[in-house]
Amino acid sequence: MREFLSGNEAAARGAWEAGVEVAAAYPGTPSTEILATLAGLPGVYAEWSSNEKVALEAAFGASLTGRRAITAMKHVGLNVASDTLMTLGLVGAKAGLVIAVSDDIGFSSSQNEQDSRFWGRFVHLPVLEPADAADAYAMARDAFSISERHQVPVLLRLTTRVSHVKRTLSTAEREVPEAARHGYTRDVERWIITPNHVGKRLELRAQRDVALAQESATSRWNILEHGAERKVGFVVSGAAVHVVREAFPQASVLRLGFSHPLPLALARELAASVEHVMVVEESEPLVETELNAAGIAASGRKWLPAHGEITAPALESAVARLLGEPQAADARVPKAKKVFPRPPTLCAGCPYMGVYFWLGQLTDAVICGDIGCYTLGCGEPWNAMDSIIAMGASLGVAHGMAKSFAGNGAAKPVLAVIGDSTFLHSGMPALANITYHGANVTVLLLDNRSTAMTGGQDNPGSGYRLDGTPAPRLDFVQLVKALGVRPERVRAVDPYDLPAFFKVLREEIKAPEPSVIIAERPCVLSRDFVRRRALAVLEEKCNGCARCLEVGCPAITVTRRSRETRASGKVVERAWVRIESGLCTGCDVCAKACARGAILAS
Amino acid sequence: MIFDLLVVGIGGQGVLTAAEVIARAALASGCEATKTEVTGMSQRGGVVCSQVRFGERVSASEIRPGAARLLIAFEAAEGLRWSHFLAPEGCVLLDPWRAVPPIVSCGVHRYPEDPSSELKTANIRILEIAARATAERLGDARLANSVMLGAAASSLPFPELALRDEVLRRFDHGELAARNAAAFDAGRALACRYTPQIAEA
Repeated sequence: MREFLSGNEAAARGAWEAGVEVAAAYPGTPSTEILATLAGLPGVYAEWSSNEKVALEAAFGASLTGRRAITAMKHVGLNVASDTLMTLGLVGAKAGLVIAVSDDIGFSSSQNEQDSRFWGRFVHLPVLEPADAADAYAMARDAFSISERHQVPVLLRLTTRVSHVKRTLSTAEREVPEAARHGYTRDVERWIITPNHVGKRLELRAQRDVALAQESATSRWNILEHGAERKVGFVVSGAAVHVVREAFPQASVLRLGFSHPLPLALARELAASVEHVMVVEESEPLVETELNAAGIAASGRKWLPAHGEITAPALESAVARLLGEPQAADARVPKAKKVFPRPPTLCAGCPYMGVYFWLGQLTDAVICGDIGCYTLGCGEPWNAMDSIIAMGASLGVAHGMAKSFAGNGAAKPVLAVIGDSTFLHSGMPALANITYHGANVTVLLLDNRSTAMTGGQDNPGSGYRLDGTPAPRLDFVQLVKALGVRPERVRAVDPYDLPAFFKVLREEIKAPEPSVIIAERPCVLSRDFVRRRALAVLEEKCNGCARCLEVGCPAITVTRRSRETRASGKVVERAWVRIESGLCTGCDVCAKACARGAILAS
Repeated sequence: MIFDLLVVGIGGQGVLTAAEVIARAALASGCEATKTEVTGMSQRGGVVCSQVRFGERVSASEIRPGAARLLIAFEAAEGLRWSHFLAPEGCVLLDPWRAVPPIVSCGVHRYPEDPSSELKTANIRILEIAARATAERLGDARLANSVMLGAAASSLPFPELALRDEVLRRFDHGELAARNAAAFDAGRALACRYTPQIAEA
């Protein structure tokens, strides 16, 4: 059937047709839709695992029982899973095991740009690189056979421009998993990776490397297309395949789909037929380095952008410089108009706004942030964050700072801000470390019962599973107590209740020991959220003090501004506001922030 | 010949859905099509830009600046932000509705005085389509999407009804389909008054 699918949807479809039976993932842009799509297909057990490492282990466990399994994650997720991944590189897999990883090239919603193809080299795994949705579909389907043939997990490396671009492709039927292949057999020499078993596995891994190189050399995913133009030949992988075709339709091209191990013979054949070889690869110059190491003269990084996506204009400019040709004048490319930046905002009624309203007023505290919607607290109008490092890192960093400040007379209070899902993902060990060592950290655990930033996926704290069935809802109060926080220092508060929240915040910052404030309110986009009547501004009471704007709510907009100079010479800026009734959820946070009682239910 | 178009707005406006509808209508008319997004954490009121390319054969999914035939902007400042993607003969359908974000409200940045005039000054062909206002008049701001698609229909190289069918296909007939059909037709009527301008081009 002809369908119009994104790369993520297509990869899921391909895996499903290959008879995948278990799928586990932690959500993360640009990979999230892979599992979301699989979850909607019959015959697949799908789950949002608590982190990527757990997801990989779940998929591996399924593979051990003879069931084809897939895990999906964003590039930084594979860092989390990497400890297990390194061992899987040695022990391999039984039933087909595919690790779909999507790299956020251009870092549109990540802390970095990272090239997951490195893992193929590091862990000795085959790497498949689809150029588009059609490839993602077909390669995902094929990846399970490759995995089983070589008894190794296969890395299916996507990028944003593969994951999120929709194209047409033809789908087929699902291969029904054979019951005969199901079942678990004990094999302690293989699955117990104690030092006495490592040597043998390393030998087998070396043999596997040779076999994979042979397969890649003749793989249908590596295609040498000879073109009429012989000046520059391209070695290209991923979405850049289409960019090369767009800019140089007549060129000779080696399309790398099975990109690790590299099909060196094909690259030599291309090099022999053209004057220059240019490698077009996004992120790191991996293939380029390996070609040159193999004695095949190639360049790429010298001419192409060092990070971000490779576009047709960038490639044309690169080739012109390689050939020493004059470049098209820049004047022909229209310039973007200057328009204010529009970063994402917290939603109207977001429970985090009550939290950040106060954190923004703490001028003398250090706030270690984490990854989720509450990351937005680093921006206007709150500017309430000192560091954001990685998933779950807020507590560890805060711990180190608090320990360094200890005994220092001028010490600042140290806070850590983390969401429910991120805490369960990788924050818990750091809290155990804080309580074990008695670090004076005030942890704000923002529980909105949702993995909100990635689209509101369920998690162990939400009370539901991926399929919508009710699940035991993890009790954060009990959990943090069990992790060693004294019961008096565990405070559950309503972030909408500004005065109560502030009182608790002040008390816990003052307490000279670890404390956890659990701010609990459902995400406004979640099923548990209840909308209330919209608020409105009473013109006659408003004096334009603009304190409500410090809430940062997108439903509050300015209608007029004024500026007056007092007798003392002090300049006072005033702003009068209105509340967009279509956006307002009636959370009442701005009304509580207003000192004049000028905001009331409409 | 490839037809390049951008649909832009802010997170939550249904930009991606509108782009998808156009891409599917193009596919239904026998073209190849791609659709791609430039989005970050766009679900939360951030910038959203969806790019649709269709024709006999489409390679890269990204549109070059200066190449788009049509820019559909669901928000005034966003129309301005992406206008450099338009080809000289291109045209922008601009909803003059303004979404003023907190970063402007709190005084850190300024919202452009008059995006429409700025576009006109830059010699960009502009059709102002009050999609949001029309949708509100029809009783639901969410209908803005269908109003805008109706307005865009006559600027696309396939039958207007093909696009209308694609819009309605998203709703299983019923009341929602009827309301979106009415919104689509209201959008077509809004664009009609500009038809002479299109004929000039």
